[in-house]
Amino acid sequence: MVATPESLPLPAAHEEPRFRTCASTGLKIHLAAQTLIKANAVTAVVFLAIGGLFGLLVALTRWPAVHLLPADWFYLVLTAHGLDVLLLWIIFFEIAILYFASAVLLGSRIAAPRVAWAAYALMLIGGLITNVAVLQGGSTVMFTSYTPMMAAPNFYLGLIIFAVGALVALGVFFGTLVVARDERTYEGSVPLVTFGAITAAIIAVFTLASGAIILIPTYLWSLGLISMPDPLTYKLIWWGMGHSSQQINVSAHVSIWYLIAAVVLGAKPLSEKVSRMAFFLYILFLQLASAHHLMVEPGLSSEWKVFNTSYAMYLAVLGSMIHGMTVPGAIEAAQRANGYDKGLFGWLRHAPWGNPAFAGMFLSLIMFGFIGGISGVVLGTEQINLIMHNTIYVPGHFHGTVVAGTTLAFMAGTWLLLPLIFQREIIWPRIARWQPYIFAIGAGGISLFMMGAGTLGVARRHWDITFADASMSFSYPPAAFLMMGLNGICALFAATGGIMYILTVVATVLWGKRIADGQAVQLASPKARVVTEYGSIEHPKIPGTIILTVIFFVAFVLYYYVNWKYLAEVWPMR
Amino acid sequence: MSNQEHTNERVPVMQRVLDNPFLLLFLGVTMPTVLYIIWGIIEIAQIPVAP
Amino acid sequence: MAIAPPADRMWWRTPVARPEIIWIVVSFLWGLVMFFTMIYWHAYGKQNLSNETYRTTPMKYSAKVDEMVGKFQVRDDNGIPVVRPPAGGDVYMLARTWMWYPHIELVKGQSYKFHFSSLDLQHGFSLQPVNVNLQVHPGYEHVLTFTPDESGEYSVVCNEFCGLGHHLMLGKIYVVEK
Ligand code: HEM
Ligand SMILES: [Cu+2]
Ligand SMILES: [Cu+2]
Repeated sequence: MVATPESLPLPAAHEEPRFRTCASTGLKIHLAAQTLIKANAVTAVVFLAIGGLFGLLVALTRWPAVHLLPADWFYLVLTAHGLDVLLLWIIFFEIAILYFASAVLLGSRIAAPRVAWAAYALMLIGGLITNVAVLQGGSTVMFTSYTPMMAAPNFYLGLIIFAVGALVALGVFFGTLVVARDERTYEGSVPLVTFGAITAAIIAVFTLASGAIILIPTYLWSLGLISMPDPLTYKLIWWGMGHSSQQINVSAHVSIWYLIAAVVLGAKPLSEKVSRMAFFLYILFLQLASAHHLMVEPGLSSEWKVFNTSYAMYLAVLGSMIHGMTVPGAIEAAQRANGYDKGLFGWLRHAPWGNPAFAGMFLSLIMFGFIGGISGVVLGTEQINLIMHNTIYVPGHFHGTVVAGTTLAFMAGTWLLLPLIFQREIIWPRIARWQPYIFAIGAGGISLFMMGAGTLGVARRHWDITFADASMSFSYPPAAFLMMGLNGICALFAATGGIMYILTVVATVLWGKRIADGQAVQLASPKARVVTEYGSIEHPKIPGTIILTVIFFVAFVLYYYVNWKYLAEVWPMR
Repeated sequence: MSNQEHTNERVPVMQRVLDNPFLLLFLGVTMPTVLYIIWGIIEIAQIPVAP
Repeated sequence: MAIAPPADRMWWRTPVARPEIIWIVVSFLWGLVMFFTMIYWHAYGKQNLSNETYRTTPMKYSAKVDEMVGKFQVRDDNGIPVVRPPAGGDVYMLARTWMWYPHIELVKGQSYKFHFSSLDLQHGFSLQPVNVNLQVHPGYEHVLTFTPDESGEYSVVCNEFCGLGHHLMLGKIYVVEK
């Protein structure tokens, strides 16, 4: 598919690519790339709207006092929720980011626009086929679709088409890198944000290839052509996709953090070398964590489990911990250089909290680190997983990563994309201003309360924790019901923040005031313009960041050992 | 400018590695394929039959 | 700036500031600590998985379950047999849509060799309120030794989605003093 003449990185002799220069950033933007970015981003937002609605319905059903949907609808909607947000929203948006980080940041033409459109069409068609299959009712298997549970053939077919489409889009991304290098659109090494995008794309190749490799035989099985893929092997390879796709998210949203810090504050990385090495650790080790889902599985040795779940001795965690310091550190250094140099936290107090791009980015950084990151490492510890596996702690953890972290970061990035790529002024700036906070309260809340309920044993993907219709009786402790109720309330906040985002984005795209080609928009606080010109911040002092880092580290160590203590209290087993 | 000063110097090896997306792609696909997937499949294949 | 190529062409040679170096070292060491904590727990901790596993078939496995039920049934819970295997003996737990079969009675402080397998789909063994969670696969027999250390009535929830009756699946394990 990739090998059409269009995709080859040859200069397109037949038609001159058309560019415009962004008056706000000075970036040279290929118009074909711009349109592709728009299409992928808008499609992503539509799927977020659909999937987010499903998420709200799920949360309202799991709120014991509300218990909205009947069981069959609950499981169907939960399947659709996972698919629409985790695969479609996230991956469409990531493709937009990849095109942006390659074509736009490198000032290059996109390698093969027509192939990129074909990729888009495949992804969209695949996504729709799977959605239809789920909504028809014969494919309530959760998005993990573990064998021997069987969905309708179209469920798998749609996913395969989607994965192939996304792989083609990755080909366009790598092609664009080659074009930019050959046509010398930039000097030296690619920008850090582009490097982060390369990391994401590399992980995406492994992710989508794993997905295609396991879903194709599963599809053939659902058609009755071959025998069932072995459940354990299926799960092993499926998680090569399921978990690695979360690692695409991490790489992509870390890149967005750097991007927003750079555009809004003029922040430059403390050290190119350190930040890039942190991404390099992701490339090498992050994907091993697919093993997180197989900690209490039969048949895999503890050696395999310990090595893989720890990303080879936590080397990828090391990468994240580095970013966790260098991103706020870069912000602190930039803010101090901008003149906000008072005290330990003057730079933070005077940060542009009213700018939704910055606010969203910083909240994403904090919540990803403290909620998603710490809980992820704890949950992924081989033995501790015994007291958490498949409890609602797991969705709690990943709403801390993929909602409070990735989704919030992508939302924040959207507030920059609108003026820069869509060339529209944000139509309701006051709604945009409050959006990150409302969404963050909701997303942080659902994460924490699901984690809390999970600690008390509540099962994930479970319609009735009172077991009213079961032949025996059992009920979780009252505190668990309280947590699930609070989770429902926070879901309302998250949904409100989500609706604010979607409405504002859609209205801006449709009716926002046009920004003319030569017209600059103010992205940064006025002082920051000085710093973008500032050659290097030679010896940045970042005492505030150091304190934040120490707080983070103490929280991490304490929470980690508290959970070992919980583990030590359960029935001995060997 | 710093760019000028360095033009005759050799780019450090590690920097060249990081500047080569296709080498990185190779590493990033090989590592998990070998350590996670192949190793995992070998273990599953070796599970003995119940007595 | 992070959105432009590094200003210094030879950025690899730019020295790294102190706080970053310290943080990298601390994080690396912390990673080692976490890694070796898992290994330490295998040697000295009391909660580990044996990972002893066999390939089996639903037929073969249910035969073992039936044999155990035949030998050690002591009563029943609404028709589901309750078995009391000898201390130190084998306990065969069967998962199927949508029940845990049979129910078990154990003696506190004694060790039992538990076997887990499924007749049909994947299920999730979730022992409450202890909160121990294991994945149960069809075709695989997972073996591990439990030593219940407190008496009481325990419930086995299914926490792997296994179809529309998933939330009906509830088994029992009773732990008695003697
Ligand atoms: C309005 C915002 C959202 C709310 C209220 C929400 C709520 C929930 C709840 C309550 C569950 C069910 C837990 C269970 O019963 O097992 C769930 C599952 C899930 N959510 Fe969300 N969520 C939201 C947004 C998102 C977003 C943006 C993503 C991804 C980017 C996401 C990814 C997932 C995934 C992957 C699952 C697991 C589905 C499964 O178990 O198969 N959610 N969500
Ligand atoms: Cu079940
Ligand atoms: Cu179940």
